[in-house]
Amino acid sequence: MTFKFVLLWTDLLVFILVALLLAFSIWAKRQDSWRRPLRKVFRRKISVVSAVILSTYVLIGLLDSVHYQPALPQENATDQIHYDVEVKSVLDKLLSPLDEQFETSYSAPFAHQLHVQDAVKQADGSIVYQHQRLQYAATHLSNPEAEKRHDILVRSLKGVAWGLLILLLVTILLVLYLSHQKKQNVLATSKQLVAGKMDYPYLTMLLTLGIVILLASVSACLATHYHIFGTDKVGEDVFYQALKSIRTGLVIGTVSTLVMLPFAIILGVMAGYFRGRIDDGIQYLYTTLSSIPGVLLIAAAILMLQVFMSTHPDLFASNAQRADLRLLILCVILGVTSWTSLCRLLRGESFKLREMDYVQAANNLGVSHVTILKKHIVPNVMHIVLITLVLDFSGLVLAEAVLSYVGVGVDPTMFSWGNMINSARLEMAREPVVWWSLCAAFIFMFTLVLFANFFADSVRDAFDPRLQDA
Amino acid sequence: MLRYILQRVLYAIPILLGVNIITFLLFFTINSPDDMARAHLGDRHIQQAEVDNWKASHGYDKPLFINYDAQGVKKISQTLLFEKSLRLFMFDFGYSYGDRDIKADVKERMWPSLAIAVPALLIGLLVNITFAMLMAFFRASHIDTLGVVICLAMMSISTLFYIIAGQYLISKMLHWVPISGYSDGLGAWKFIILPVIVGIISGLGAGARWYRTLYLEEMGKDYVRTARAKGLSDGVVLFKHVFKNALIPILTGVVVLIPLLLIGSLLLESFFAIPGLGTYMIDAIAQQDFPIVRAMVFLGALLYIAGLILTDISYTWVDPRVRIR
Repeated sequence: MTFKFVLLWTDLLVFILVALLLAFSIWAKRQDSWRRPLRKVFRRKISVVSAVILSTYVLIGLLDSVHYQPALPQENATDQIHYDVEVKSVLDKLLSPLDEQFETSYSAPFAHQLHVQDAVKQADGSIVYQHQRLQYAATHLSNPEAEKRHDILVRSLKGVAWGLLILLLVTILLVLYLSHQKKQNVLATSKQLVAGKMDYPYLTMLLTLGIVILLASVSACLATHYHIFGTDKVGEDVFYQALKSIRTGLVIGTVSTLVMLPFAIILGVMAGYFRGRIDDGIQYLYTTLSSIPGVLLIAAAILMLQVFMSTHPDLFASNAQRADLRLLILCVILGVTSWTSLCRLLRGESFKLREMDYVQAANNLGVSHVTILKKHIVPNVMHIVLITLVLDFSGLVLAEAVLSYVGVGVDPTMFSWGNMINSARLEMAREPVVWWSLCAAFIFMFTLVLFANFFADSVRDAFDPRLQDA
Repeated sequence: MLRYILQRVLYAIPILLGVNIITFLLFFTINSPDDMARAHLGDRHIQQAEVDNWKASHGYDKPLFINYDAQGVKKISQTLLFEKSLRLFMFDFGYSYGDRDIKADVKERMWPSLAIAVPALLIGLLVNITFAMLMAFFRASHIDTLGVVICLAMMSISTLFYIIAGQYLISKMLHWVPISGYSDGLGAWKFIILPVIVGIISGLGAGARWYRTLYLEEMGKDYVRTARAKGLSDGVVLFKHVFKNALIPILTGVVVLIPLLLIGSLLLESFFAIPGLGTYMIDAIAQQDFPIVRAMVFLGALLYIAGLILTDISYTWVDPRVRIR
C-alpha cells in the first residue's frame, strides 16, 4: 500500500518532546544529583504503578502521532497517485475497522441492537416501532439474546489466555535481562523477584503490566465483534473515540508547558539574577499576564483564531491541519497562562542562589554572567522546572475538558474527552439514560489524571529539597 | 499605611494599561475590523457597504491609533484604542452587539453570582480546614495516608463529573431540588444549594491536601515542640496554637479570591442556569459578543489586582511580624 507521511505541527512537537525526554534521561543517569532522586522515585511502588500506566497512555498517544494519508485506489496503473484527504494515524490502522464502522445512532455497550426504536413500515402498511439490529456488532450471532452471554464469555476467556501468554513472555524476558545484569542464574533471580528482594519493585511492575496487558487483550478480542463502550449519537464507536482522545489529552498536558518553558526559564532566572530594571520589567510582564483571568484570555485568543480561520479558509489544506493548528494555539495560550507561576518561582530561587558563596566567588573571579547563569544557576533550578512540569500536567488535562465545554477548547471535530463529555452531557436527560459516552470519557481521563497525580507526588517528594528530611 | 496603599493602587494602573493593550492587540490587530464585521455578519458574499454600515453602527469605523482627519485632542480620542479600550478605565463598558448596556447587565448579574460564590467559599473553607486538621491530627498514620489518597483521587475527577453526577443523583433521581434555574428573593435557596454543594466537593480534594501541608509545615516549628515539651497534649497544641498560626497563610490565600467572587464560577453557573456573570461570559463567548468579552477581561484583571492589594494589606493585619515601612 502506498501512502504519504503527514507531519502535523503537534506531531513535530511531540517527537521533539520524546527526543528531549530521552536525552534528559541519558544525561540524568550520569549526574549523581539527578540519579539519586530518580532512583528514589522508582523505588516507590505507587510511582512504578503510575509509570507503567502512564507509559501505556504515552504509547497509544505516540502511535496516534504518526500520521499518513493513504493512497486512493487507482483506476489505471499509469495514473498519478492521489491521496485521501483524510489523515489517518498508525493507531487508526491498528484499531481498524473500528474507525469506519458507523452505526446509525446510539447503542449500549455490548448491545446487538440500537438504543432507540425506529419506525419500521410493515408489509401491510402499519408502522411498528422496534429496535433495529446493529450493522457491525454481534452480526455473527443468529439469536443474540440467547447466545450473546456465552459468546462474550468465550471471547473474554480467549483474551485472557492471550494476555497471560504475552505476560509470561514479558516475565521471561525480564527475568533473563535481570539475571544477565546481575550475573546470577535465572532461578535465583526469579526467587528474588517473587520475594520482592530487588532494588526496584519489579513484581509490582509486572502485576501492573499484567493488568494492562489483560485489559488490552480482552478488549482487543471483544472489540472486533462488539462495541464495548457502545456507540454515540452518530453511531461512532465510543471505545475508539476514547482511545483517540488520549493523544489530545497528552499533547495539551505536555506541549503547553514545553512551549513556554524556554521563556519561563530565561526570564525567571534573569529577573532573579540581575535584579534592578530587568527584574522590574519581567515582573511587570508576568503580573500583567497573570492578572487576566485564564479562561478569558484563552477565550479571547481562541475566538480571534476562529475569526481568522473563517476569514482565511484558503490557508489550510485539510481539516486535520486546521484542527491541529487550533490545538497548537490552545497549547501556546495555556502555556502563557501557566508560565507566570513557574517564572515567579524561578525568580525567587535564582534570587537566593545568586547570594550563594560559590556564585559570588565565580562573580569575583570574573566569570561572565552568561557562564554563571549556564553553569551555576540554571542547573540548580531545574528540579523546580521538573516538579512544575509534572504537577501542571494533570491540571492541564482536566482544563481541556472544561474549555471544550465553554466552547474554546480543541476543534469540535477533534477527538477529545472534553468534546465527548460535551456532546454526551445533554443525553443524561434522555429516558433511558445514555451514560456510556460520559462514563468512557471520565474513566479514561480519571485514570490518566489520577496516576499522573500519584507520579507527580512521588517526583515532588524526591526532588523537593524542603521535603528531604521528612 | 495609607502611603503604601496609594503606592500599590498607582502601581495597578500600568498593569491595567498592559492588560488593555494585550486585549486591544488580540481583538483589533489579528483581525481587522472589516474581518470582524464579516465574521459577525456571517455571510461570505457580503457587500462592502454592509460591512461599512455595521462598522458605523457599532462604532468601529475609526482608525486604530491616530485619527489624522480630526483636530487637536480628537486626534487621539476619536480612535478605536481610545474609545474601545481606554474608556474601560472610566468604567464605560459601552454596549454589546445586542445593544444592551454592559454596565447595567454586570450590576444586575453580579448578585446571583455572589449568592453562589460566597457560601461556596465560606462553607468550603470550613470543610477544607476541618478535613486538613483531622489529617494533620492523625499524621503519619493509616488514616492520614488514606485521607491523602482520597484527596488525590478527588482532585483527579473533573469538575464536570461532579456537576453532572450531582444533578443526576440529587435532582433527577431523588427530586430533592430542581435541576437548574434561579429565582429572585428568598425562594432562591433551593436553586443555590446544589451548586454550592457541588462547588465545595469539587474543591475539597485540592483544598484539604494543600491545607494539610500548611498545617504539617507549621507543626514542624519550634514553638510546637516547646509546647509539647511543656506537657500540653497533642490535641491542645494542634487546635489552639497551630490552628491559629496556620490560619495566616490560609486566610491570606483566600483574600486574593474575594474580589473575584463577583465574577462567579463559569461552570457552576452555566450548568445550573444561574443568571450570573459566569453565564454572561459563557454566553458572550458562544455568541462571539466581543464588547462583553473585552469588558469582562478588564473587570477580571481589575478584581485580581484588587485581590493582590487586599492580600498585602491583610498580611499586615493578621501577622504582626509583617510591617510596612
